[in-house]
Amino acid sequence: MDNSFAQRRRRDLLLAAGFTAVAALVPLFVKDVYVQNIMVLTLMYAALSQSWNILGGYCGQISLGHALYFGLGAYTTALLFSKFGVLPWFGMIGGGLISAVIAMALGYPCFRLRGHYFVIATIVIAEIAYLLFLNWDWAGAALGIDIPVRTDSWLTFQFTRSKLPYFYFALGFCVVAWLVTFWLQDSKWGYWWRAVKDNPDAAESLGVVVFNSKMGAAAVSAFLTAVGGSFYAQFVSYIDPESVMSFHFSLLMALPAVLGGIGTLWGPVLGAVILIPLTELTRSFIGGSGRGVDLIVYGTLIVLIALARPEGLIGLFSRKRKGASR
Amino acid sequence: MTALLETKGVWQRFGGLIANSDISIAVEPGEIVGLIGPNGAGKSTLFNLIAGVLPPTQGSILFNGEDVTRLPAAQRCQRGIARTFQVVKSFETMTVIDNVIVGALIRTTVMREARRKAYEVLEFAGLAARANVLASELIPSEKRRLEVARALATEPKLLLLDEVLTGLTPVEAQTGVELVRRARDTGVTVLMVEHVMEIVMPLVDRAIVLDLGKVLVEGKPADIVRDPKVISAYLGDRHAVGA
Repeated sequence: MDNSFAQRRRRDLLLAAGFTAVAALVPLFVKDVYVQNIMVLTLMYAALSQSWNILGGYCGQISLGHALYFGLGAYTTALLFSKFGVLPWFGMIGGGLISAVIAMALGYPCFRLRGHYFVIATIVIAEIAYLLFLNWDWAGAALGIDIPVRTDSWLTFQFTRSKLPYFYFALGFCVVAWLVTFWLQDSKWGYWWRAVKDNPDAAESLGVVVFNSKMGAAAVSAFLTAVGGSFYAQFVSYIDPESVMSFHFSLLMALPAVLGGIGTLWGPVLGAVILIPLTELTRSFIGGSGRGVDLIVYGTLIVLIALARPEGLIGLFSRKRKGASR
Repeated sequence: MTALLETKGVWQRFGGLIANSDISIAVEPGEIVGLIGPNGAGKSTLFNLIAGVLPPTQGSILFNGEDVTRLPAAQRCQRGIARTFQVVKSFETMTVIDNVIVGALIRTTVMREARRKAYEVLEFAGLAARANVLASELIPSEKRRLEVARALATEPKLLLLDEVLTGLTPVEAQTGVELVRRARDTGVTVLMVEHVMEIVMPLVDRAIVLDLGKVLVEGKPADIVRDPKVISAYLGDRHAVGA
């Protein structure tokens, strides 16, 4: 039995290596910029959802306020670059650290709340931050920040002529988020988080410090989410509160995980690969008049999945393997 | 001889209700002690105070000579107090072995080591064949054994069992009794709350009877079952007189 576990881990790694290799080759055949754009977004949301999944899926603390960390990453990078000329890479790390610290500061009161009350708190806090940024003149307020254009290079992380560098960064980000999850899953933290999710009292009785493990999950999750926000700022090169901090982003981070399989290693990737292209395509077909149609699509998908496979689409694959829980 | 566990004048009030009043008991290393008494006697309250679910209103609890009265449950577990729950609290979305790994991780952070240890404990508890099944798929008696296995994986000095034998069929209960006995033989001290007298009495070295929040009597099981005070607490005065 010890072997079956090691085998499953090895198989996951091989699959990941295979998918990454295939994904890396796709741009050689797909030259259409619009499609490339969708691929970048898909990878980015896969990584973001993977990050969300650490707190929401493994640790069971459902957050619908991750737009806050996404926005903090984006704003930190954009402000540092436009006001002080600090390279985005530092903004990325800085934004990640700021987000992790804020996640823990917010977790301090919020992790005392259970279930729905926690979810509501996360929504409200993210909305407050959104309103603050909307009125913060130094940070561009409602007008947002135009990220100054320099020469195309990896140093400034700006590429005006091609989407490919963004694609490869997003792919790398996705791989890193997956690897972090993969590693955490079979670590003390991974087990503690799942125990906390299933039954905090029992976890506590077995020596798990419930509060600390929630804080740890929040910090890792927020850090990675902010890295995503930072990337997004460079990718679109213009940000305002609406485009990086609205509730919409919180949903888009949670939904792929929910759709694919919450608290699973592959769920977020699977969910993002289905959900994001679907969203982008419906948006472009229906155009400006159809704002909100993508939300109808999510809703329909979630209802269908809740009826047919409550454990997420990943359940379609693991059904055959008896006893495989993830 | 120093006691492994000692409560000194422990009180617990819930508003106007006095659940435990001035309870002083001691558990020696290597013993199996039964904590019995009729419904509402304060067994579960005392059990929770020792496990660290809540601090007592008054009094102190010593473990291994150290005052643990105000320590949270997780830290007590670290020091060697493990417990089961009366209403089983398995990690339902995790496999049986993963449930036990959570317990094992308090003594090691090396995953390979924790997994090996967990498997060992499952074999000890007779659950090895079910290692890769989800905890939610276990039958009730297996879930009880999983609770014990999970607690044993934390390598406790003191194992607190909360009605692990209640509600089992006679055969299942016998398996449970064997498990508790074997656990003790590995050097674990056991304090168990039980309802079913006929199962517990042959198992325990000593019994402590609580009634109305106080220690009624304590002593050898054979003496306890004949004690008029115990009979009257359980069955009413009429029966005690008859005895």
